[in-house]
Amino acid sequence: MSSISKEKITLKINGTEQQLEVEVWTSLLDLLREQLHLTGTKKGCDHGQCGACTLLLDGKRINSCLTLAVMHDGSEITTIEGIANGDELHPVQQAFIEHDAFQCGYCTPGQICSTIGLINEGKAKTLDDIRDLMSGNVCRCGAYSNIVKVVQEALERSEQA
Amino acid sequence: MRSFTYTRAKDVPSALQDLSSHQDAKFIAGGTNLLDLMKIDVMKPRHLVDITGLGMKSIEERKGGGLRLGALVTNADTAYHEQVEKRYPLLSHAILAGASAQLRNKATDAGNLLQRTRCYYFYDTATPCNKREPGSGCSAINGYNRNHAILGHSEHCIATHPSDMAVGLAALEATIRVTGPQGEREIPIADFYRLPGDMPQKDTNLGEDEIITAIDLPSRGFADNYAYLKNRDRASYAFALVSVAAGLEMDGDTIKEARIALGGVAHKPWRKPEAEAMLVGKKANRENFMTVADAYVQGAAGFKYNEFKIELARRSIVRALMQAAKIDQ
Repeated sequence: MSSISKEKITLKINGTEQQLEVEVWTSLLDLLREQLHLTGTKKGCDHGQCGACTLLLDGKRINSCLTLAVMHDGSEITTIEGIANGDELHPVQQAFIEHDAFQCGYCTPGQICSTIGLINEGKAKTLDDIRDLMSGNVCRCGAYSNIVKVVQEALERSEQA
Repeated sequence: MRSFTYTRAKDVPSALQDLSSHQDAKFIAGGTNLLDLMKIDVMKPRHLVDITGLGMKSIEERKGGGLRLGALVTNADTAYHEQVEKRYPLLSHAILAGASAQLRNKATDAGNLLQRTRCYYFYDTATPCNKREPGSGCSAINGYNRNHAILGHSEHCIATHPSDMAVGLAALEATIRVTGPQGEREIPIADFYRLPGDMPQKDTNLGEDEIITAIDLPSRGFADNYAYLKNRDRASYAFALVSVAAGLEMDGDTIKEARIALGGVAHKPWRKPEAEAMLVGKKANRENFMTVADAYVQGAAGFKYNEFKIELARRSIVRALMQAAKIDQ
């Protein structure tokens, strides 16, 4: 059996449709970072434990390290590079700055995508819900208390909208 | 990760055909556990059959009551499904007690049932493990065994099954629907998982050539009196040290039926129907719950680092039953 196994797929990444050829064992994360040089999505543990690689797949937050790119032909992917409106930051991005919700920033793209996913899901009602539903995003600087404030504010804003 | 070949199956027969016609082939759907294990060389399939195009992504009413969960419905879509939340809140709570929101958005219901143990030594290819390499030995028995079994273990393996969903399904007495070359069959969840015995490499009684197509929930969901209590080392996103799925059928303060399934304590969700039967016709109170808890842990045997789980299991059973009976504690 051939040792090179490539497949053609089409992905809509941050609004732009792209025809790509991927080795079948390439994770969605590695495709973005290594092949497309979209390095905003971070590789932390590469095992679905830290959440640094969180992005939105068809509007839902997932760990991009634990899925194969080849399995997402026809999907729509939104990464941290795709959430601002031109030079205007996404409200969640703005809130991370205003609340000083990071130090080193490595987990931040994942935290932001996860927050947007959490708002889309509409299941978080209390602070405990927020802590539980954000537990898939680890912050080793320990900026959690301010991250929770961001999520809380973003939720309130989305309810008013 | 090692290289492999890949095909997309269009329907169940072609998926089974793809599986049998490739050496060391595996199905892949959510991939959250399989890819994790492939990255560290614990699982080494040479071919993956992508089954995400097979449908099986809906939750439907069953004739005569109950729900059918398609094998490929995600854990999140199951836990938040209106009818599951309303009629089987025990299952919703069990699912939401596991993993993270990101993982639950990708992981499928059938994949959840088939996830592998989180025994540290199963993951560590530098150490012997009978589940990973049959005949190599068990490193956990005399090693660090904090998250290991206290019931039903063998000299060959003391691993636990990590799923919360499976514990909920065990309490509900769900049925797993599978298809193989010989056609369809149903496996009650009580017969789906195995004890390690001398074949710990085999987690379930699913055939190598079979595929799970659905999970059937019976009509009774214990929606009025239930609890899923999960005790773990942190409040969220950790595997259970001990978990308890409890469902009661009550007539006033008298128990008509009790279901108790334990997670984190054995190679499979642990039930003891003869102990559950002790509660039938009894008043719901702490004293009666302690009696059944004692019966549940009878015969339990811990190891150096998990002896505490026996008492933890006993107390967790009492607390879960108190919660299910809505008795203030």
